[in-house]
Amino acid sequence: MNNGTATETAATDAILIEHEVGLHARPSVKLTKLAKTFASKIELGLSKDGPWIDAKSIVKVMAFKAAKGSTLHFRAHGGDATQAVAALVDLVRRDFDESHNGG
Amino acid sequence: MESVGVVIVSHSPKVAEGAADMVRQMVGEEVPLAWTGGNPSGGLGTDVGQIMSAIDRAWSDAGVVVLVDLGGAETNSEMAIEMLSDDRRGKVLICNAPVVEGAVVAATEAAGGSSVDTVRQTAEEYSAR
Repeated sequence: MNNGTATETAATDAILIEHEVGLHARPSVKLTKLAKTFASKIELGLSKDGPWIDAKSIVKVMAFKAAKGSTLHFRAHGGDATQAVAALVDLVRRDFDESHNGG
Repeated sequence: MESVGVVIVSHSPKVAEGAADMVRQMVGEEVPLAWTGGNPSGGLGTDVGQIMSAIDRAWSDAGVVVLVDLGGAETNSEMAIEMLSDDRRGKVLICNAPVVEGAVVAATEAAGGSSVDTVRQTAEEYSAR
């Protein structure tokens, strides 16, 4: 979705977490690092109505504790919002590039 | 600019090395990282000279954060920082955070290009949550 102007866009998307252990430590680090590569404000939540946390805060993402089977909702505002949400959803879809060996 | 460096100081070399392994595996290779632990005779403890050397190995012009475990690790780290050259001393900050979790959180923040103050703040935010 893209309902913004050329300079300021807003984007949202959602994806089911299939990772065996959910959004645990290693996926949290990967998600935060990826989010920090974008300039937009990026938030995540467990429902489309929030509550929202800052996806660039490793402390908040670590404490978020999203379990397997929950749906992660992303929303972003800024020049690269669309790319940011697409990249984060793709990371979750790729199962954080991990095999299911816990940790 | 190079990202902020992370130094891990524990009384136990195994703890320090293990925490460093976690940083490397969870965060990656892009953050300057060094660890030190144990005293020169092979027992538990920390050593000012070895801490200075670890700070040197993890050096970044953006600064270095130091994660410490118990008592002497902190006082010896303070002493090591005191003994650094004038241009380096002000860029090295000890974090009031648990050594393992703090190291991973600090390295994640550092990898994103944050300042040394922000990296310390994030590690301390984790311990205070």
